[in-house]
Amino acid sequence: MQTWSLVSICVLLALVVRWGVSLNSYSVLLFLVCACVYVLSAGKHWISFPFIRLSDVSPGAGKPPMFGDYEAQRHWQEVTYNLPLQEWYFNTTENDLMYWGLDYPPLTAYHSLICAYVAKSINPEWVELHKSRGYESPKHKLFMRATVLVADLILFIPAVVLYCLYLTDGSSRKKVSTLFCFLLYPGLILIDYGHFQYNGVSLGLALWGVLALGLGWDALGSLAFCLALNYKQMELYHALPFFCYLLGKSVQLGLMGRGLFLLVRIASTVLGTFALCWLPFLSDPDHAMQVVRRIFPVARGLFEDKVANTWCSLNVLVKVRYILSSDSQIYLSLACTLLAVLPSCVRLLTKPTFWQFKLALANSSLAFFLFSYQVHEKSILLVALPVCLLLNDLPLVAIWFLHASTFSMMPLFLRDGLLVPYVVTSLAFLYFSIYLLSPLEHCSEDTLRLGVYRKLLFFLPKLDLAWIVRWKFYISVAATAGLSFVTVALVPPSHLPDLFPLLVTSTAFLQFLGTFIYLNIVQFSEPPSRKSNKKKK
Amino acid sequence: TVTVMAAAGSCSWFPPLALGVSLLKCLFINAYHSTDFEVHRNWLAITHSLPVSRWYHENSSVWTLDYPPLFAWFQWSLSHVAQHFDSNMLRVENLDYVSPGAVLFQRLSVVFTDGVFIYGATECCRCVQEPKEQRDVLSRPSFVLAVLLLWNFGLLVVDHLHFQYNGFLFGFLLLSLAKHLQHRHLQGALLFSILLNLKHIYLYMAPAYGVYLLRSYCFTQDHRDGSVRWSSFSPLRLLALGAIVTSVCALSFGPFVAMPALLSLWGGPRGPRAFLRVLLICSLGSFLFGWHVHEKAVLLAILPLSILAVQNREDAGTFLVLTTTGHYSLFPLLFTPAEFPIKVLLMLMFTIYSFTALRKLHSGPGRLLRPLEYAYLLGLNAVAITCEVALPLSPWQQTLPFLPLLVTSVYCSVGVCHSFLRLYVSLLRPEEKPKQL
Repeated sequence: MQTWSLVSICVLLALVVRWGVSLNSYSVLLFLVCACVYVLSAGKHWISFPFIRLSDVSPGAGKPPMFGDYEAQRHWQEVTYNLPLQEWYFNTTENDLMYWGLDYPPLTAYHSLICAYVAKSINPEWVELHKSRGYESPKHKLFMRATVLVADLILFIPAVVLYCLYLTDGSSRKKVSTLFCFLLYPGLILIDYGHFQYNGVSLGLALWGVLALGLGWDALGSLAFCLALNYKQMELYHALPFFCYLLGKSVQLGLMGRGLFLLVRIASTVLGTFALCWLPFLSDPDHAMQVVRRIFPVARGLFEDKVANTWCSLNVLVKVRYILSSDSQIYLSLACTLLAVLPSCVRLLTKPTFWQFKLALANSSLAFFLFSYQVHEKSILLVALPVCLLLNDLPLVAIWFLHASTFSMMPLFLRDGLLVPYVVTSLAFLYFSIYLLSPLEHCSEDTLRLGVYRKLLFFLPKLDLAWIVRWKFYISVAATAGLSFVTVALVPPSHLPDLFPLLVTSTAFLQFLGTFIYLNIVQFSEPPSRKSNKKKK
Repeated sequence: TVTVMAAAGSCSWFPPLALGVSLLKCLFINAYHSTDFEVHRNWLAITHSLPVSRWYHENSSVWTLDYPPLFAWFQWSLSHVAQHFDSNMLRVENLDYVSPGAVLFQRLSVVFTDGVFIYGATECCRCVQEPKEQRDVLSRPSFVLAVLLLWNFGLLVVDHLHFQYNGFLFGFLLLSLAKHLQHRHLQGALLFSILLNLKHIYLYMAPAYGVYLLRSYCFTQDHRDGSVRWSSFSPLRLLALGAIVTSVCALSFGPFVAMPALLSLWGGPRGPRAFLRVLLICSLGSFLFGWHVHEKAVLLAILPLSILAVQNREDAGTFLVLTTTGHYSLFPLLFTPAEFPIKVLLMLMFTIYSFTALRKLHSGPGRLLRPLEYAYLLGLNAVAITCEVALPLSPWQQTLPFLPLLVTSVYCSVGVCHSFLRLYVSLLRPEEKPKQL
């Protein structure tokens, strides 16, 4: 069958899955848990009735998290539409920053403004100043979900299609399979369409940047990435690799000739983009500073809630949060992050190829996730995007990591009542990626790049490393399935109320750490010869 | 005709197709469902809470039990599982009872009973003739048929959004057809009888079954020119059939229109494919001329036509017209805004696939459809935009609220009638040698 028809069918299916996830309502969780537990616990008295552990999602416990992000976005539409630009980031009588104040860079505000214009034309009640707080109706929910779908359709999905068709190698069948698995990644679907966010926009813009750099259009790539940065400040996780890649490329071209010209062009593009986005705010330096203060709040702690990074996992054994002062916490995390990021970025500087760039993106964002300050569990999406780019080259590790990343966000999904979509999309992703990309069949030491591990374990020459890796994969999938089941079906003992979320984050953390070490090793080892002549520059 | 079974080991692609569509169905659990949801909940309650003698007398709800007894037993067995999800839904007095547990159970029951449909599709794919040369998976007739059956837009939308158990029922039909294609006539007849006792709408197909089985099974031999050899009548076989098929009788208008087709089945060659063709004409004829027909009944013709479409060029053309028109005619069933993207996206998916796959399968000189047919199908886009977007947002929505439905029905009826005529023509034309694909 022709590629275009397969591609369009994949895209349509991806859109159906996204919309299907967004149809899910809040209350499925309650009764699904009850149904499961009732069916399973017939006669078993040690499984308590689940209503007890669902007390944190009962109506009396304040606004549920899902409606948090949803209401925040709706409120930003209200604020940007009704108030003049100068007041968006300031605490005024009209704009109460304590109630979901704007804390993303200006491009998010402009996007909210556009959505607000559309909302106003459909139903002015949706964005009425003050009166529309907490507004919920089926039509409004439909509208908000539709805005996410439209944004995905315009920005994220075309970037993925173009990347898979033009920047991956293999037969067209393999490219379409990669495209399908990329679009089916559950984490992004569940967060954007279940939890409600616009990650598709920022990740889409970043992906356009990667795409442009892969095709050799450096200025356009920088433009796209700057737009991504101006949409969500968390894209800074990806900033170092972009910088090192372009700098390394300029150095390679010669700092006295074309390299300098390239550097100047990129610098002017970056400055120009930033100036364009921040133009309305630059008239008053105080204004700009206020925006920066809103975007980078430094008053919060080392980590909030349970997240699968080093500090939270370390906190289980050594109470880091209480031992160190808040200043030393900042310095410690800064030092560790820089140390973790340095090798990968230096390697990229010296060898600015597209393959190194992709690996550096993954390594740098993973380093930030693992060691940085005030990391949210949703930030794993910033790591997932570069790893999706590696689906074609390192299928087993990529699928493994993507599955683990979805699993790490499971407590969040459960809180939002997304159990069924979580199970369905995770199963579908795992099954179809293994079936279409057949990572377990082409599993040898060469394809898995286990050369360095072989050298390290020289004293055990008979060890079949590929076999070990395959079994680690099976065990990890079984562990994630088991922990998911246990978290849903069982009630934790009363003296360890956070047992299950911590088990989930610790398991995920171990897998992330392993991936981090592996990807760094891969970045430093020589690529196999058959790949080097096909990779772009 | 000799049917070549699809090579063993080539069916590794079947489980992913089946699993994929089942997982997709699970995502629609919380989507819109129609009054049919309450209908089936009521029947669960009736069969669970009341004694058998009261099942067909109970009328506290307006949705009384109006399917044959075997379906009632099916609901009874489902009710035993239902009580673990939400026992309140099994109380007859809880009219219009909707709870998350009830929704979950009912939706999951449709997904699970679709297993019969998946099994039926497997059997049908096994009956498809494979071409001599080894092709890649996507171009094999059995693969295309599997996708056209398992991912059928109409079935997905009617069963898993609107809410019905058509997958379960069509599974029996497909199994019966597969058995006939494999020349296991008694098994086929048994399955059809079960189907008739599950839902009586399949009576429309009964004349085709009756004539075919009488002609091809009870008369064991033919004269050389294909006409019937009366002396070869086997009373034993007739008795066997009669013992199995007890309620084959034509009741509505459809079979009258199917008369010439039935005669051709009597006079012509014995092949099971001719039987399938006449079956289609009976179904489609009953859809066109029958009494109190639902738009969902178009599926009765679309699904069996898939089997013929992957084997025969002419049928593929008819299939494309009938499917696209028939599936679009289901759009008014899902009128809620939340389900609008789903129906549009799924329809596009299925249409793109059916066109590209069938064109690849029957690649050869000439096109599958005539230019006028292409123009008609392209016109469906304009009808869709008019009826789904333009008219509801226009001022005429208040004064002429049924205009979109009228336009949809009238436009689609042209396509369905045309397909009916195409099927008749292809049946009555002298039989060509089946082309080697």
